[in-house]
Amino acid sequence: MGSQVFKPSANSVAQVAIICIAAGPLLVGLSLAALSRSPANTKVNVPKNQPVPFSHQHHNWELGIDCRYCHTSVEKSAFAGIPSTETCMSCHSQIWTNSPLLEPVRQSFETGTPIVWNKVNKVPDFVYFNHSIHVNRGLNCNTCHGPVNDMHITAKGNSFQMAWCLQCHRNPERYLGWSKDLHKEHPSDTPRQLAFKLYWKLQTKGKSNLSPAETILVNGNFEGADDQATKEAGREIVEKYGIKTQQLADCGVCHR
Amino acid sequence: MAKVQDRKLNDLLITGDQTYTSIDSSVDRLILNQKLHGKGWNILFLIGISLTGLLGVSIFWLLYQGIGIWGNNVPSAWGFDIINFVWWIGIGHAGTLISAILLLMRQQWRNSINRFAEAMTIFAVMCAGLYPILHTGRPWNAYWLFPYPNILAMWPQFRSPLMWDVAAVSTYFSVSAVFWFVGLIPDFATLRDKSTNKYGKVIFGTLAMGWRGSNQHWHRYEQMYLLLAGLSTPLVLSVHSIVSFDFAISIVPGWNVTVFPPYFVAGAVFAGFAMVMTWGLPLRKFYNLKHLITDRHIDWMCKITLATGLIVFYGYLLEIFYSWYSGNFYEFKLLMKTRFTGIYAPMYWLLIFCNGIAPQIFWVPKYRRHEPTIIVVCFLISVGMWLERFVIIPMSLTNNYLPSSDKPYYPSFWDVAMFTGTIGLFITLMMLFIRFLPVINIFEVKDLFYKMGGKKEIVEEVGANS
Repeated sequence: MGSQVFKPSANSVAQVAIICIAAGPLLVGLSLAALSRSPANTKVNVPKNQPVPFSHQHHNWELGIDCRYCHTSVEKSAFAGIPSTETCMSCHSQIWTNSPLLEPVRQSFETGTPIVWNKVNKVPDFVYFNHSIHVNRGLNCNTCHGPVNDMHITAKGNSFQMAWCLQCHRNPERYLGWSKDLHKEHPSDTPRQLAFKLYWKLQTKGKSNLSPAETILVNGNFEGADDQATKEAGREIVEKYGIKTQQLADCGVCHR
Repeated sequence: MAKVQDRKLNDLLITGDQTYTSIDSSVDRLILNQKLHGKGWNILFLIGISLTGLLGVSIFWLLYQGIGIWGNNVPSAWGFDIINFVWWIGIGHAGTLISAILLLMRQQWRNSINRFAEAMTIFAVMCAGLYPILHTGRPWNAYWLFPYPNILAMWPQFRSPLMWDVAAVSTYFSVSAVFWFVGLIPDFATLRDKSTNKYGKVIFGTLAMGWRGSNQHWHRYEQMYLLLAGLSTPLVLSVHSIVSFDFAISIVPGWNVTVFPPYFVAGAVFAGFAMVMTWGLPLRKFYNLKHLITDRHIDWMCKITLATGLIVFYGYLLEIFYSWYSGNFYEFKLLMKTRFTGIYAPMYWLLIFCNGIAPQIFWVPKYRRHEPTIIVVCFLISVGMWLERFVIIPMSLTNNYLPSSDKPYYPSFWDVAMFTGTIGLFITLMMLFIRFLPVINIFEVKDLFYKMGGKKEIVEEVGANS
C-alpha cells in the first residue's frame, strides 16, 4: 500500500464538484432558454437603423396617415408592401423639400434606384405568412407589430417565435373579439374595416376615450383577452368567417 | 491455506490455489503492469481505431451530404440505420441481465463476468444511440426529441413508439452507466492503493471518490447497488419490448404481431450472451484468467444462450404459423414470396440456420466447454441476429400492400462503412477498457471466495501482517 495522494479535505472538494457537475448543465440550459427569449435574440423593442430616419410616430399618430397609404397591399396580398420612393415624394415634393434627412429619398427619386430599407419584421423562409388573411379576419396591426403608432425608429413588437404565433392559432377567439365596442359604433363595418377604424377612433376621440381592449392594443402589449364577453365576440367572428379552429394549428397551415 | 478445490458447492467458479492477494493481482496486473499487453492488443486496437476513423469519415460525409448517401429510400425508409440500431441495443442486454437479474437472484457466478458484460452494454448502447440520432437527418436538432419547454410550443408525440424509444434508450444508457460506475468504485480504491506511479494514484484516487472501505461505505454501497439492480431489472425487459413496439404498433405485414416483445427480448439476451462469450473466451485465454472465468461459467452461459435461442426459434415458427392462421393475404404473401422465395430468401434461410440450427449443438455438454465450437457458434449467432433485423425491416417494407412498394432495398457503400465503423468503435472502447479498467469485479470475486470457504485465510493473512 502506497501513501495516499489525496487528503481528507479532498472529499469536500469532490462533493462540491459533484453538485456543480449536476447543476452545470441545468444552469447552461436555463441560461440558453432565457437568452433565446430575450431581446438580445428576438430584437423586440430594439430599434433598427434605416437609411432615412422614418418615424411612424410622426406620420401615423401626429399626422394621422392611414397604414394603407404606404403599405398598400396589406389587405389583398401576402406582403404588406414597402412604399416606393414615389409614395414618399407625393408629399415630400411639396414639404421639407430641402431637408438633409430626406436627401436619400430625393437621390432615389432622381436616379430611379429604390431605397434599401432594413427589414425589421421577418419570418423564416419556411413560414408562409400571409398578411391579407390576418387583416381580413379583423386582426389589428398592433396585435403583432406592437405600438407602431408610438415608434420613432421602428422596432419589432413581438418575438415572432412559433410559440408566440401559436397562442393565437390555438385560441383565435382571444385575439379577434377586441373590436366588439367598435362593432357597436359601426355595425355595418366588416372586421377588416374595424381593424383600421381603431386608428381613426384614436385620431378623433383621443387615447382616453378608447375601450380597455382598444387601449391595450394602442399601447401595444395585447396578449389576448380573457374576459368572457370579448372571447364571445371573438367566437362570433370565428363562426361567421368559418375559421377552422381545429386545423388552424396544423403544421401545414404555415409550413407547406 | 484452505483450498477452494476442496469445497464441493460451486467448486468450479474459482479454480486453482487462490488467496485474496492472488485474486487481486490476477485482475489488477492488467492495469498496473502495462507491459502485459503485447502485439495482440496493439493490432486489435489499431484495427479498432482505424475503423473508428472510418466511422468519423462516414459521419462527416453524412452530415455534409445528408442521408441521401444511404441506401434507404421510400418504400424502405428504414435500412441499415435501424437494423444496426436494433442489433447493437440487443447486444447490450446480456450485461444488464447479468448485472441486475442475476444479482437479485443471488447468482454469484455473475461476479466474474458482470464487469465486462456491463462495459459491453454501455459501449453497445453508445454505438446503437448513434444511429437513430443520425437517422433523424438533422442530428443537431436531436434534442427536439425530448420534452422541454421550447420557443416552438411543440411537444413530442407521445403516442409514437419512437418517443418511447427515446425514453427507453436514454434511461437504459444512464442507468447502466451509473450502475457500472458505482460497481467500479471499490475496485478503483483497490487500484488507487496498489498503483505505484503518480498518475494511477491521482486518476484512480479521483474515480474512487474517497472510498475507504469503511463499514458505513459498504453499507451504503450495498443499499445503492441493490436499488440500482431493482431499477435495471425492468429495463432488461422494457427496452427491447419498446424497440419491438417500433414495429409491432404499425400495420406493416410481418410487424403487427403480439409475439414481438418477448421474442425481441429473448433475441437480445441471446445476442448479448453470444457477444459476452465472443469477448470472454479470448480474454480469459490471453490474460490467463481461466481460474476466474471458468469452464463452468462458459457452460452456464451456453445454456442460457441455448434457452433464449429456443425462444427465438419459437418466434420464427410462430411467424410462419400466424402468416397462415391470420388469414391475411399480405402476411401470407410476405412469407411465401419474400421470405421463403425471392431475392432475399438466402438471408432468411441463413437466419434460420444461424439462430435456429447452430445453437442446438449446445445440447451436448462436451461442446459447451469446447472453445472453438463456442466461438464459431457465437459468431454465427451475432450474424444471425443481424440477419433477423434485416428480415424484419427491409423485407417487410419492400413487400407491402401496394405494388409501388415492390422495390428492393440495397445498402450503399456508406451504410456498410458506418456499420463497420461502429464495430470499430466498439472494439476500440473494449480494448481501452481491458487495458485501463479492471475487467473482472475484484471485490465481488473476493466476496465469493470468502463465501466459498476462504474465510480462514483472512485471519491468517491479517495474522501474518501484524
